[in-house]
Order: sequence, then structure tokens, then C-alpha cells
Amino acid sequence: METFLEAVNKKIHGVPLQACYHCRKCTAGCPAASHMEYNPNKVIKMIQNGQKDKVLASSTIWLCLSCETCITRCPNQVDIARMMDVLRQMAIEEGIAAKEANVLKFHEAFLSSIKFGGRVHEMMMTVHYKLKSGDLFSDMDIAPAMFLKGKLSLLPPRTKDMKSVKNIFEKTKTT
Amino acid sequence: MKVSYYPGCSLHGMAKEYDQSMKAVSRALNIELKEVDDWSCCGASAAHNTNFDLSVALPARNLIAAEKDAMDVMVPCAACFNRFKMAEHHLKSDKELKSKIEGVVGAKYQGGIAIRNPIDIIYNEIGIDALVAKVVKPMTGLKPVSYYGCLLLRPPEVCEFENYENPFMMDKMMGAIGADVKNWSYKTDCCGGSLSVSKTAIVVEMCDKLMSAAKEAGANCIVTACPMCMANLDMRPSPNMRMPVFYFTELISLALGLSGSKETFKSHLVDPQPLLSQLRLI
Repeated sequence: METFLEAVNKKIHGVPLQACYHCRKCTAGCPAASHMEYNPNKVIKMIQNGQKDKVLASSTIWLCLSCETCITRCPNQVDIARMMDVLRQMAIEEGIAAKEANVLKFHEAFLSSIKFGGRVHEMMMTVHYKLKSGDLFSDMDIAPAMFLKGKLSLLPPRTKDMKSVKNIFEKTKTT
Repeated sequence: MKVSYYPGCSLHGMAKEYDQSMKAVSRALNIELKEVDDWSCCGASAAHNTNFDLSVALPARNLIAAEKDAMDVMVPCAACFNRFKMAEHHLKSDKELKSKIEGVVGAKYQGGIAIRNPIDIIYNEIGIDALVAKVVKPMTGLKPVSYYGCLLLRPPEVCEFENYENPFMMDKMMGAIGADVKNWSYKTDCCGGSLSVSKTAIVVEMCDKLMSAAKEAGANCIVTACPMCMANLDMRPSPNMRMPVFYFTELISLALGLSGSKETFKSHLVDPQPLLSQLRLI
């Protein structure tokens, strides 16, 4: 049977995680490390140890900002940013609840907006996110100013050939 | 020169200042822009965080559309630029994936056009000397720090941005229009943009750190080329930490005396007009 390490490596499709010698340069440069449950290099260790449930249920994978500083500075080109993408996708595919639920809900609202019009409509996307997350009152101080300054457009933009966009979503569906 | 132009969703939404100033500056520098036909969203962070194939297919649809015009494509939004380059990287290095994605999009990807950000185009194609020659209002007294963020630069072998740990092109451009550019160590640090809405508390902390570093460097404003950084730095720092943030094209437009250059300042959340009028720049 395929181990967790093998499954992750296959999806990263690059330098295998075993190349990590835990110099912790990734963690030292990670802007979100101090907020994470496990540091980036610890996640690699946990994958090697087969701790799949812990890794996929952790906050770490959802707090990664995808700033790509880790892969930029890794002496062994271990693609940790890609690893985080892979772990998030595995968690979604296996139905493991996102520890930072709102992060995933934001992504879902964003993708719904593309599916609807081909282009993101910021206002509609924000309303959608708020309804999904229940986080109704954040940014209520900023929203009116943004509206008055003309930052939020009312009309949703639209790609004409929506069939091709919908097709992309349909054909790449994973769950 | 003539290039294809992919504005992306932000430039038609919250980053309309970037779109307007980009178009004005391009016109003034003889860069003709031809918008990519019927473009769609690049998928941004939402796609690559949740679905790899989708994160390649959405930019691929636009790259294929741009290829019809057979010109380099200018992508001003750093996030779109990053997703375009990443898709190109995967499509060119993985044949199996390429044919799968072509099946998803329903068209062939040739890979024959270059994906370029406007910093690179203005710096390398137009040049600093040509820029200096067009300045009618030097930005005297303006002390910006250049903020490049993540998405233009990383990962370096994908983005191919010059000097990715200590980039300088935007600094040189700001110097060319007469600004007193301040050096700082945070040019390429992350502002937290991708979690700005969903984990705001973390992001406020990150933005405050950048603002305090900019102040320490002696800056009176920040210059960026990324709609995520702009929105984040304009909106998220604690009230006592804020300072004006500009798209680099807004300042070039002002320095070149282009019509409408003052209009875009009105939609910033941190109003830059008091600073600019104090320095007699507007």
C-alpha cells in the first residue's frame, strides 16, 4: 500500500520530501510560522512519520500564505509551497474539515464567483463569503468608504463564452 | 511596441486605479495595448489552494486566447502574472499534463508568447532614459519605499524576475521620476494578502510590521505593483500606522503630467492627496 509520504511526493511531482535535512530555513523565513500549529519543516517530518490525520486536520495547511519564500530559499529545492497545496487538496478530497474553515470558505466563494460569471465580482463574492462563513459584521467599517470611493462596482462583469469556463470547472471536478 | 493586455478581475474592480494609470502610462510611452479577447479569471489563490488542474486550466484558457494575437502579453496584476507563469511552467515541463489541460480547455496551447509584467516591459523595453526624458513634474519630496511583495518574484525559476531577493527595477523607475527612494529590507516580504479577509488579525500584524519598517526607513509613502498588496496595505494596517500607498504607474502618470492622473488618488482609502499637495505635486 502507498504510504502517506509516497502519496504526497507523487502529487508534488518534483524533489521528494526526503531531500529535506531540516535546516529549518523554510520555517525561519515563513511569515506565518508563528501562527501555525506545526512549523513547515515539522510538517515534512510528520509526513515522513505517516501522521496523515494530524497533518490534514492541522491549521498549518490553511495558514500557509503561498508566499513561496520557503521554496525560494530551500537549499535542496524541496517545494514546500506546492506541498501545502497538495495537503489542502488531499484534505478536501478526503472530506477532512478545514481547521481554519473560513479560509476554505473564502476560496469557495471566490471560485463560485468565477463559475457564475467567468470573472470575479468582488461585492457578490464578499456577500457570498459572509453568508457561508457567518462572519457577517467584519469590515462593516470599511465597506461604506469603499463603496463611496467607487471601489466596489455594482454590475457583475461577465465572460461571454461562459460555456468554456463552465466546462473547465466540470472537467476538473475532484469531488 | 504592441502587446496583448490581460487586466484580470482586480483591475476591473478594486484596482481600477492600476488599470487607468497603466493605460495612460502605456499610451504616453508608446506601448499599444490590445485586450485579450473574452478573458476570464486566472483562478488566483482560490484555485491553486483547492484544485491543481483547475489552477492550470483557468490561466491556460487565457494564454490560449492571448496566443491568437501572437504578441507578448502584459499582465499588470502580480497575482495573475504569477498564475500565468506557473501555468506556463507546468504546461511546458509536463507533456502529459499539457494534453490533459488542452482537453479540459478544448484548444491547443502553443507556448509561443512571453508573459510579462509592466515593470519589466517599461524598464527593459522603454528604458530609464526614455522615462526621464518624458518627466514634466519631478516627484520632489516624495520618499517612497518600493514594495514588490511575493507574486512577481517567487518562485524565482518560474517568475524569472530580475534580482528576486533584492529587486531594483521599480526603485530605479521611482528615482527616474524624481522621487527620493528609500532603501529598506522588506521589499520582498509577504503582506498576507491571501488571508486578508479570512484571517484578518494575522494580516493586520503583518501590515503593521511593513508600515513600521517603511517609517523607519524614512519613507512617506509606499509604491507597489500588486493589487493584493495595494488593497491590503491601504486597508489593513492599524489606524496609527497608515501611510499613502500608490501603484507605481499612478506616480509615473503624475510625473509625466498625463491627463486624469489625479483622478485615481480619490479612490484610495488612505487619501494621498494631503501629502501630494503639501509637497506641491498636485
